[in-house]
Amino acid sequence: MNSLLKKLLWLALALLGAGALAIVALARGEAVSALWVVVAAVCIMVIAYRFYSLFIANRVLGLDPARRTPAYAHNDGLDYVPTNRYVLFGHHFAAIAGAGPLVGPVLAAQMGYLPGLLWLLVGVVFAGAVQDFVVLFISVRRDGRSLGDLVRQEIGAFPGLVAHFGTFLIMIILLAVLALIVVKALINSPWGTFTVAMTIPVALFMGIYLRYIRPGRIGEVSAIGFVLLMLSVLAGQWVFNSPTLAPMFSFDGRSLTWILLFYGAVASIMPVWLLLAPRDYLSTFLKIGTIIVLAIGVVAIGPPLQMPALSRFVAGGGPVWAGSLFPFLFITIACGAVSGFHALIASGTTPKMLDNERNARFIGYGGMVAESMVGVMALVAASVIHPGVYFAMNSPAALVGTTPDAVAQAVSNWGFVITPDALTQMAHDVGEKTILARAGGAPTLAVGMAFILKQLIGGPRMMGFWYHFAILFEALFILTAVDAGTRAGRFMLQDLLGYISPRLKRTESFPANILATLLTVGAWGYFLYQGVVDPLGGINTLWPLFGISNQMLAAIALLLCTVVLFKMKRQRYAWVTIMPTLWLLVCTLTAGWQKIFSADVKLGFLAHAAKYQAAIDAGQLLAPASSLQVMGRIVFNDRLDAALCALFMAVVAILAVYSLAAIRRALLARGPTTHEIPFVPMAPTVP
Amino acid sequence: MSEQRLIDLRPAGQGRRLKRLVRIAGRTFGQVIGLPDYEAYLAHHRANHPEEPAMTREAFYRNRQQARFGSGQGRCCC
Repeated sequence: MNSLLKKLLWLALALLGAGALAIVALARGEAVSALWVVVAAVCIMVIAYRFYSLFIANRVLGLDPARRTPAYAHNDGLDYVPTNRYVLFGHHFAAIAGAGPLVGPVLAAQMGYLPGLLWLLVGVVFAGAVQDFVVLFISVRRDGRSLGDLVRQEIGAFPGLVAHFGTFLIMIILLAVLALIVVKALINSPWGTFTVAMTIPVALFMGIYLRYIRPGRIGEVSAIGFVLLMLSVLAGQWVFNSPTLAPMFSFDGRSLTWILLFYGAVASIMPVWLLLAPRDYLSTFLKIGTIIVLAIGVVAIGPPLQMPALSRFVAGGGPVWAGSLFPFLFITIACGAVSGFHALIASGTTPKMLDNERNARFIGYGGMVAESMVGVMALVAASVIHPGVYFAMNSPAALVGTTPDAVAQAVSNWGFVITPDALTQMAHDVGEKTILARAGGAPTLAVGMAFILKQLIGGPRMMGFWYHFAILFEALFILTAVDAGTRAGRFMLQDLLGYISPRLKRTESFPANILATLLTVGAWGYFLYQGVVDPLGGINTLWPLFGISNQMLAAIALLLCTVVLFKMKRQRYAWVTIMPTLWLLVCTLTAGWQKIFSADVKLGFLAHAAKYQAAIDAGQLLAPASSLQVMGRIVFNDRLDAALCALFMAVVAILAVYSLAAIRRALLARGPTTHEIPFVPMAPTVP
Repeated sequence: MSEQRLIDLRPAGQGRRLKRLVRIAGRTFGQVIGLPDYEAYLAHHRANHPEEPAMTREAFYRNRQQARFGSGQGRCCC
């Protein structure tokens, strides 16, 4: 009886999910409440977690609750600590969640909300959560080793080196694109710039407080930091209205680029306790808090979706990013559906803290499902604002013009009718001089969040506050990522340089550190600068490169998972990881190929370069370039981007070939050939 | 399953219960954002290495901060 009731409940949930999805998908003409999107997403995710992840846990991986985990085997009270599963879930979620799932879905909304929503759901269920879960499992069975070590161990030394090199390149592109998002959000925005700049003194104060005044009082200092941050958001309005202060915090793109470069270099050399750690604590709190508030807002208000389910740009030709739905939608939404970076976390601190293998399902699969929900929220926020505002904010000036009149005209011509006054009014409401040409996702998301949150708390007068709160919220963890990522990039680079000269590998050597830091900052700074001066907005070029590289890392992680399944002699179930691996390989390689070789100048790097080269040869000036020299730089950058793209494809191809060889060897072997540490039973009493 | 033992064994009055709750919440928060529990470390250390001196609270937090952020790993950048 009881089990029958349970079955009926699950059936009801499935029907509710299917019904909600049908409402969302089949809406034509009339606006649908965003609530249905959330209901559909929650139902599908809960069902997938209950059934598919259980299948993976029991059948595919064979999780063994009786097996001792590294947290017990190496318990040192420091790195290896058995941790309550809910606490570890929070820890793991905080470590994987970043700006990615907030940006990708917003950019993807140019095709309408439906394609992005479907890919978020299908992607997380069959690819993203599977990857995080299986990598966590593999790492737990190998003492919590890192992804690089695992690839080296299970696939080979050379592919391990290639993967390492690939990860470094991804880091560079990632940092450039994240920094670009901040630049785009802060151009000529005194309120935003002031608020974001204030996070630095606030974090410094917290760092000193936490180290010298009240060591380890994390709750206390976070509360103080939070209050100070809110005060700086409020003070930002005052700065915005002040005729003397506003110009001091008003910068153009180039100046912001140099400021960020300087910041990245200095912050990544400073001791971690001073700036990085306290700001990371703050951004984690803010992140979890804001997501919850936003979820409450969406559920309580149920704003109607104004974006159509499918926009006219499904077949390509969209202003925000070039290319058609396949393969570029699957590149644009990387984090949120499947993110290769998570493999680094799932093989980092989390496996060392897992108290029981059985909980890998809740933490690995469940954590990614929660992350995907964040992506759905971002998609909702981008879809509840007027599509005219969305396209006005995200279309490059070279395409739609620079004045509200021109932009409103261009966007209206696409069928998203909006008046110039509406655009000016929106800028005024959120406390900005203009909202035009603010591609990059963060400002759009901020408008969407402000639109929802003002209805929850504060009313129309609070719109500016909520907008800048949202900008702050995103900038906070982007700056943390810039700082932490530059540090990580420096270590990776030093590791790689160690192959050339052992002296450069010494991370305690100050000159070696400075050299590696400057090289890392210089590398991402180059791409950032290129993006900032790009008349098409930069996001157009850099986001697809980032997406391709992140999905490439996911493909590597899933290849590793597949190889391990074959080595465990569980090839019967290997389709669970083969299916997403193939899909990612097809998407990344097709997208990479099109980005390099497409004859469409909006899409293909080489075609674009050829067009400008031909003009240079003929001595003609091509708008929007201002001189032949600028055109020469455009040609060079196009070829550089094409080379980078080719490099990413080569990395995936090499890993795929070596993985196939490893699978072949595993099939020829008689028994299992994994490098798992031998089974030791969980001690009956905890030490 | 985790080693969240409470050192405080005094009888719990209303005020003390609240205080204890706040402390547990604080420790949980710390763990979530990547600052491990000093009490758990201390308990572990006393049980397993009673002959060696344990790190002080300050030293423990410094050690953990450096381990988490100084290695260039520990969090996702995207």
